[in-house]
Amino acid sequence: MYPIVEKKVLSENVKLLKINAPLVAKKALPGQFIILRIDEKGERIPLTIADSDPKKGTVSIIFLEVGKTTKQLGLLNVGDSLENFAGPLGMPSEVKKYGTVVCVGGGVGIAPLFPIVKALKEAGNRVISILGAKTADLLLLEKEIHTFSDEFYIATDDGSKGHKGFVSDVLQQIIDKHKVDMVMAIGPIIMMKVVSNVTKKYNIKTLVSLNPIMVDGTGMCGGCRVSIDGKTKFACVDGPEFDGHKVDYDNLMLRNRRFVHAEGEACRLAGA
Amino acid sequence: MSIRRTKPEMPEQSPRERIKNFQEVPFGYGKEIATLEANRCLQCKNKPCMKGCPVEIDIPGFVACIAKGDFDKAAEIIRAKNNLPAISGRVCPYEKQCEGECTLKKLGEPLGIGRLERFIADYEREKGIKPPKRPDPTGKHIAVVGAGPAGLTCAGDLARMGHAVTVFEALHDPGGVLMYGIPEFRLPKTIVKSEVEYVKSLGVEVIYDVVVGKTITVQELMDKYDAVFIGTGAGLPKWLNIPGENLDGVYSANEFLTRVNMMKAYRFPEFDTPVKVGKIVVTFGAGNVAMDCARTALRLKAEKSYIFYRRSEAEMPAREEEIEHARQEGVIFKLLTAPIRFIGDEKGILKEVEYLKMELGEPDESGRRRPVPLPGSEEKLAIDTALVAIGQSPNPLIPQSMKDLKIGKHGNITTDDDGRTSIPKIFAGGDIATGAATVILAMGAGKRAARTIDAYLKKNI
Ligand SMILES: Cc1cc2nc3c(=O)[nH]c(=O)nc-3n(C[C@H](O)[C@H](O)[C@H](O)COP(=O)(O)OP(=O)(O)OC[C@H]3O[C@@H](n4cnc5c(N)ncnc54)[C@H](O)[C@@H]3O)c2cc1C
Ligand SMILES: Cc1cc2nc3c(=O)[nH]c(=O)nc-3n(C[C@H](O)[C@H](O)[C@H](O)COP(=O)(O)OP(=O)(O)OC[C@H]3O[C@@H](n4cnc5c(N)ncnc54)[C@H](O)[C@@H]3O)c2cc1C
Ligand code: SF4
Ligand code: SF4
Ligand code: FES
Repeated sequence: MYPIVEKKVLSENVKLLKINAPLVAKKALPGQFIILRIDEKGERIPLTIADSDPKKGTVSIIFLEVGKTTKQLGLLNVGDSLENFAGPLGMPSEVKKYGTVVCVGGGVGIAPLFPIVKALKEAGNRVISILGAKTADLLLLEKEIHTFSDEFYIATDDGSKGHKGFVSDVLQQIIDKHKVDMVMAIGPIIMMKVVSNVTKKYNIKTLVSLNPIMVDGTGMCGGCRVSIDGKTKFACVDGPEFDGHKVDYDNLMLRNRRFVHAEGEACRLAGA
Repeated sequence: MSIRRTKPEMPEQSPRERIKNFQEVPFGYGKEIATLEANRCLQCKNKPCMKGCPVEIDIPGFVACIAKGDFDKAAEIIRAKNNLPAISGRVCPYEKQCEGECTLKKLGEPLGIGRLERFIADYEREKGIKPPKRPDPTGKHIAVVGAGPAGLTCAGDLARMGHAVTVFEALHDPGGVLMYGIPEFRLPKTIVKSEVEYVKSLGVEVIYDVVVGKTITVQELMDKYDAVFIGTGAGLPKWLNIPGENLDGVYSANEFLTRVNMMKAYRFPEFDTPVKVGKIVVTFGAGNVAMDCARTALRLKAEKSYIFYRRSEAEMPAREEEIEHARQEGVIFKLLTAPIRFIGDEKGILKEVEYLKMELGEPDESGRRRPVPLPGSEEKLAIDTALVAIGQSPNPLIPQSMKDLKIGKHGNITTDDDGRTSIPKIFAGGDIATGAATVILAMGAGKRAARTIDAYLKKNI
């Protein structure tokens, strides 16, 4: 059992839980994720490691409540425990000195971006961060990411904060002004697709973190397969980070809708 | 009195009933039938049947006890060698193992050894299994990676020798394929769990959610423990590598079976994990895994469940009993048929499979006749779900993470017959060493490795 030691409500349906999981905390690196199961009847769901403290043995996860499991997770409190918490899974981010890097985070993708921003900064890069969300209320970890960034921008769909429009507009402006050596983008699939389209024109190395539906997370089921440069890869063991210019985003979008109907029913029945 | 030449039929659920539920198909022998069958044994002096049993059960010994009605003693004899008899008694391909060597085969059918083993294991479980006496601790501690049949057998045997054993398992349940792959209607999960409880009662500790290579490295295990056994199985699904394989509706057998068995999607929404099958399901492949997929699809209310296989009936690798059960339940076999692409709609949802008819040509490396496509024989079939069950390769996670570990050309860990790898402190066995094989071969490998490890530890005091 893995006890919850801290809980924060970051916005209406985005929550942070700090979990006591010493083995995971000891090994966690930026870019990796865990798979959890709330109870005996629960689904296994993947969530990125947003932060970890090897000394205290804790791991933080930040999640958007989208369906049955994440909503149920959001109802748990300090003192409750999770049945399973396996990780760290996947390959860590390629953290090294690139020069100038732009980190783009959208929606709940901002959470997994945070440890990467921190690590890239510590590796000696000049870090420019762009955070995007529908409205200002939905922005996460603004202060934290700002602290580790040399330049910091915000874009909101409704203009309630920062640039009115998409993160890709801001990215374009930055590319027009600076030499950019690498772009790291985590967010909705459509955002990663648009960002990759922008950087492709300039041949800027771009990494994205993919979030296909997973079951085991150990390379056993193939449910998480994604098409990279026409080749099938398993995101849980080969990824979740991939070269943004090689990802078949349309196939990923479609595969992530595989159980939409069933999930809707589960939520309805659970009254969630 | 003439000797009966056949084993008694095992009573089972009728095909029409059983495809409506996930309960076990055969009911098993009762006391009378078991005693009757046990009396057919000739008690051969040279015990040929034992040569076919990888876990070395004293077959004539336990059969003689059944014949006398001493079921407790029979259980004791089986348990002395086999930690998981309720499992092997159900899924062991005994026709190729012990029963394949049985003298009675010369007169008719071999003795129903597998069924008798199952009978005793079930008898014992209903009564409550008592753990055996444990020897004094040796002070040695062994790490076992993977709680499949290989790992559990190795762990149980090491514990019986007085060693401390900790099993590290990546998933949240023990059993490996026994839990996530083989369906409930062939191997009830409560039975797997109770056999694992028995192994734990021998003193084995099992820790879940530990993905070795990620959560803990093999190197760390080597530093902390006196020896390491790797039994991580063949979990990597193979693909057809044809266009359309990533469409919504195409699953690997592993994903499909894991959702249904381990995550209990057949009880969705009581359990949270969903699965979708639709009306027409095609399974590709003709091994045990394929039969399990096709039969599971029927229980999830598919109207038609097909098996597509590119060779002919004679080459089908599944056990005869599995093929027979699938047939009875209405699985439709389309032999000499190979898919060439999956076709989806504009939303990327699987709609059709296009396939070719084949004929058999010259034998290939495997000795089976190679299927050759018949030009111009393309046809299409409208389908909702495709299940790819054409095999699994060894799980690459650990081999990839260890530079000095010798790896074979199929990604398997290279071992000798007794489970030694290229690194003295590391031992391995089961599907990770042999490639996808059988439960009983994995258990046999676990048993031999336990003996090798024990000898290694004694030498290194
Ligand atoms: C490697 C990885 C890291 C992730 N990290 C995070 C994270 O840090 N924070 C976070 O909030 N989410 C993250 N996700 C997504 C998260 O796993 C899903 O939101 C979660 O599984 C949904 O479960 P549910 O039962 O609440 O929703 P469901 O009821 O299962 O689904 C609700 C809706 O979400 C869609 N959905 C389901 N699974 C996914 C998925 N894997 N990705 C995208 N959409 C999905 C469904 O199609 C449906 O429309 C990550 C996914 C992966 C693969
Ligand atoms: C659907 C299906 C039906 C089958 N039917 C039969 C049958 O009827 N009869 C028969 O004899 N055989 C059958 N088989 C084959 C048989 O199940 C396998 O040969 C056998 O389970 C192999 O045992 P194993 O212990 O080597 O590996 P597995 O059973 O694969 O167990 C390996 C275990 O290791 C764990 N693991 C993997 N990597 C790691 C890691 N890095 N860290 C920690 N843990 C890890 C896995 O999660 C798993 O629990 C079937 C197989 C399948 C898939
Ligand atoms: S384990 Fe298999 S081979 Fe051994 S006695 Fe039982 S059925 Fe026969
Ligand atoms: S070979 Fe057959 S008949 Fe002979 S002892 Fe073994 S089980 Fe009995
Ligand atoms: S989640 Fe099963 S293979 Fe990746």
